[in-house]
Amino acid sequence: MRNDNIYKPCLMRIEKVTDEAPDVKTFRLKFIDDVQARNFDFKAGQFGEYSVMGEGESTFCIASPPTRKGYIECTFRKTGRVTSALANKEEGEIIGFRGPYGNRFPIEEWKGKNLLFVAGGIALPPMRCVIWNCLDLREDYKDITIVYGAKTVDDLIYKNELEEWNERPDVTLVTTVDPGGETPAWKGQIGFVPTILEKMELKAENTIAVVCGPPIMIKFTFPVLVKAEFKEADIFTTLENRMKCGFGKCGRCNVGSVYVCKDGPVFTYAQLKKLPAEY
Amino acid sequence: MDRVKQKARDLLDSNKVQVVIGYEEGTDGTARPVFIMDSKNIDKLIFNDRCYHNLAVYLTKVEVEKIGRVAVEASLNTLKGIVKLASEGQFVFEDIDILGVNRNGELYEFASLDEVIDYIDQHPVEYSPEEISLLRKIESMTREERWEYWQEEFSRCIRCYACRAACPNCYCDACIVDINQPQWISPTPDALGNLEWHIIRAMHLAGRCVNCGACAKACPVDIPLNILNLKLAEEISKNFGISEEFLLTNYPLAIYDPNDKENFIK
Amino acid sequence: MTPQNKLLKKECLPTFVETLVKGGKLLYAPTKENERIEFKLIENFSEIYLDYIQTTKSIKSIVFPPIEKLFEYVADKEHVEIKDVNLNTIPETIVFGAHPCDAASFKVLNAVFTWDCNDEFFLTRKDKTTVIGLSCKNHDDYCFCTSVDLNPGSTEGSDILLTRIENDNYLAEIMTEKGEAVYKLVKNLFEPAPQVDKNAFVTQLPKLFDLNDLRGKLSFEGLSWMQQSLRCLSCGTCAYVCPTCSCFDIQDIGNQTKGKRVRIWDTCALPQFTLHTSGHNPRHFQNERWRQRIMHKFSYEPERLHVYGCVGCGRCSRACPVNINILENLIEISGGNK
Ligand SMILES: Cc1cc2nc3c(=O)[nH]c(=O)nc-3n(C[C@H](O)[C@H](O)[C@H](O)COP(=O)(O)OP(=O)(O)OC[C@H]3O[C@@H](n4cnc5c(N)ncnc54)[C@H](O)[C@@H]3O)c2cc1C
Ligand code: SF4
Ligand code: SF4
Ligand code: FES
Repeated sequence: MRNDNIYKPCLMRIEKVTDEAPDVKTFRLKFIDDVQARNFDFKAGQFGEYSVMGEGESTFCIASPPTRKGYIECTFRKTGRVTSALANKEEGEIIGFRGPYGNRFPIEEWKGKNLLFVAGGIALPPMRCVIWNCLDLREDYKDITIVYGAKTVDDLIYKNELEEWNERPDVTLVTTVDPGGETPAWKGQIGFVPTILEKMELKAENTIAVVCGPPIMIKFTFPVLVKAEFKEADIFTTLENRMKCGFGKCGRCNVGSVYVCKDGPVFTYAQLKKLPAEY
Repeated sequence: MDRVKQKARDLLDSNKVQVVIGYEEGTDGTARPVFIMDSKNIDKLIFNDRCYHNLAVYLTKVEVEKIGRVAVEASLNTLKGIVKLASEGQFVFEDIDILGVNRNGELYEFASLDEVIDYIDQHPVEYSPEEISLLRKIESMTREERWEYWQEEFSRCIRCYACRAACPNCYCDACIVDINQPQWISPTPDALGNLEWHIIRAMHLAGRCVNCGACAKACPVDIPLNILNLKLAEEISKNFGISEEFLLTNYPLAIYDPNDKENFIK
Repeated sequence: MTPQNKLLKKECLPTFVETLVKGGKLLYAPTKENERIEFKLIENFSEIYLDYIQTTKSIKSIVFPPIEKLFEYVADKEHVEIKDVNLNTIPETIVFGAHPCDAASFKVLNAVFTWDCNDEFFLTRKDKTTVIGLSCKNHDDYCFCTSVDLNPGSTEGSDILLTRIENDNYLAEIMTEKGEAVYKLVKNLFEPAPQVDKNAFVTQLPKLFDLNDLRGKLSFEGLSWMQQSLRCLSCGTCAYVCPTCSCFDIQDIGNQTKGKRVRIWDTCALPQFTLHTSGHNPRHFQNERWRQRIMHKFSYEPERLHVYGCVGCGRCSRACPVNINILENLIEISGGNK
């Protein structure tokens, strides 16, 4: 029987639920089927379609690194119907997953370079995957700097990991919250990500920058990096367009002739500049 | 027509309006809506019996709002659409200009919405003999036959929503079929989904429909949606004792009247 | 296989069709009822209406139905069972009397549904469908197949193409193995083909614009997309009647314990198509969506899939409630056929 159903999700059990911030959760997921678990492989930057039967599918990146085997993680914000249904799921319950889809961050090509990660708000998940991927292969890379900002202290996600990165001697972590978002105990920076970045001494030489965040943050961050003489082809980001299929058939995620689900979600600033404003 | 064109030209040239919405010759012998932003194109404008589109539908579109102030070449149906939309607060009547001539051949001069309503009152709706005869035919069916008839008609529906798009009164940004929290009605083009869609569409227009027939004319598979609207209009007039004129400016299903004959409302 | 030509006498046509129906396959053919011309499931030859120019809906629903069940599920908190659709239950089907534009459309759909990964729902349906095409005797002002590299007698996509020739007999061009299989079932009805100039028996439709000119002139920014589309009401008719439009939505029907996941037709003309849950919409205005329709068919699909996403059937223009005539716009953009 011919039956490779590309729309059929794998079943995954929720092993662990972490509350990251108001309305933001992380799921650790394990394949129920051993064969699927063994055959599963992905690269940093790829995404999947997560589903609750009866509610639908939703697109999230895989937030755990490929270097950690045996499970995947996703972090999502409760926004619509599917994410609300997901947020109601508890440890032990089962959800659907299909993937991995999309391209990836070319981290092998970054060997021997400095890495600068700039993230805002809930956009840390795709970045977290690369960060851990690179940290797990730490000797391949030179300086690693992470700049992460959120609206308020409450909105910072992966708080435990932020602490861990902060304590590591081989990582420079800068955290910031928007003016007014700080608490009395806040020790990090106060200001918008691009502003903080501008104040830092950035060295573009032999450095790759990865920027993920809301459109407004990205818009103001790119010029800062370009001013600091980063090459446009060395600045990476991810795009989000509404998706359904994840593999170039449902027809809605394109930006001009480029399909975010197939050709993306990872793009360099150089590529992005050539695309029409359709995202 | 020349005077209508002249007025349209003056409005554009004096920059009192940024766009004139009217009718032009289509590519197939039909008339179609046209948007004129430069007075040198004014001669495209036509007005005749083929101009059936209800142009009021464009007055709530974001694309049109973006252009600026609008003058609209209004048929009687378009006028009714304008009255309905203005009375539902979709725009301020004074913010648009109305172009056209009345039955005596004089240019429209409406100083207020009330004047438009008066004008419409002098020209009561006339249902076509075809509409009435189809309605009576369906009414004379047994319940089972009627069910069968509509099932058959709805089975052709492809959920293109041309009926919704052509209707001036279907202006909601988020139509109930597009809302998924909760999913009130099914978006799938199957028997149940189609039935739900057609009930919802007809009910949301009950007492609001201006009977311009735009929905049925837009439907690519010829589902006689206007007959549903007509039946509901009749029922509402009958049950609420409301005249046509009142149906236009008020929504009998949404007003509160202490003298209402139903007890539950008190 | 090498195509071969045969003659099918007009008096044999009813037997031909009815033999095929009795053979157990589903047979769809054009019918006319209350002035509506539609492909319908046929039992008798007499139901068929072949003198048509165009049906309202295309034949795509045979290979890409408006609603396709992807799987069923039953679930409770700790168990989920997914029940596959048995693709073997998809019936063998014959489409009889489709015009060359419709026949050619399967190639476009195929390009989308096999891009990198295969959609077995579409492929199985397509494999199980035999197309018996019919060259066009007439065209109307909406037709423009000759401008998109097809013509009223082209065999592209037909397993057998029939052309009405002298004395209302039919020239049968048997193009593929599927066509040959049909031919073998009813071999005795066929006679050796006469020498005919097929072209003399199909309608003459002049080419109205040049595809290369069109592609050269298409640009995301530079064109008057807004002027072309202000009239557009943002409904989905054009896409749903189009034989090559293949965009879809995925929806669940049922509840969290029992139901099915389905794929349903969707269209770039509706603002919801690209609307993010956050409210952001990359194609908020209709002119942006109209641009997507044209660019997708005439620029992106050729670039990415090496096919043009239009077969010139003119259905979108005929069905459009406000007479947005794609041909008029394509001529305008390309500068026409100089
Ligand atoms: C490549 C990619 C990676 C993403 N990664 C993450 C992530 O790691 N964490 C996270 O919280 N969010 C992520 N998103 C955004 C996330 O998909 C949407 O915010 C979410 O689907 C909307 O909530 P919902 O499904 O409950 O909405 P509903 O209203 O229930 O669903 C509407 C449908 O629209 C689609 N949709 C709606 N908004 C978006 C959007 N902004 N982007 C894509 N599809 C959308 C959904 O797939 C869904 O099918 C990502 C999006 C993309 C394209
Ligand atoms: S216009 Fe006709 S086919 Fe389209 S949704 Fe309305 S009733 Fe259905
Ligand atoms: S775009 Fe229009 S003319 Fe071209 S194939 Fe589709 S329906 Fe036919
Ligand atoms: S998500 Fe379906 S085409 Fe990209």
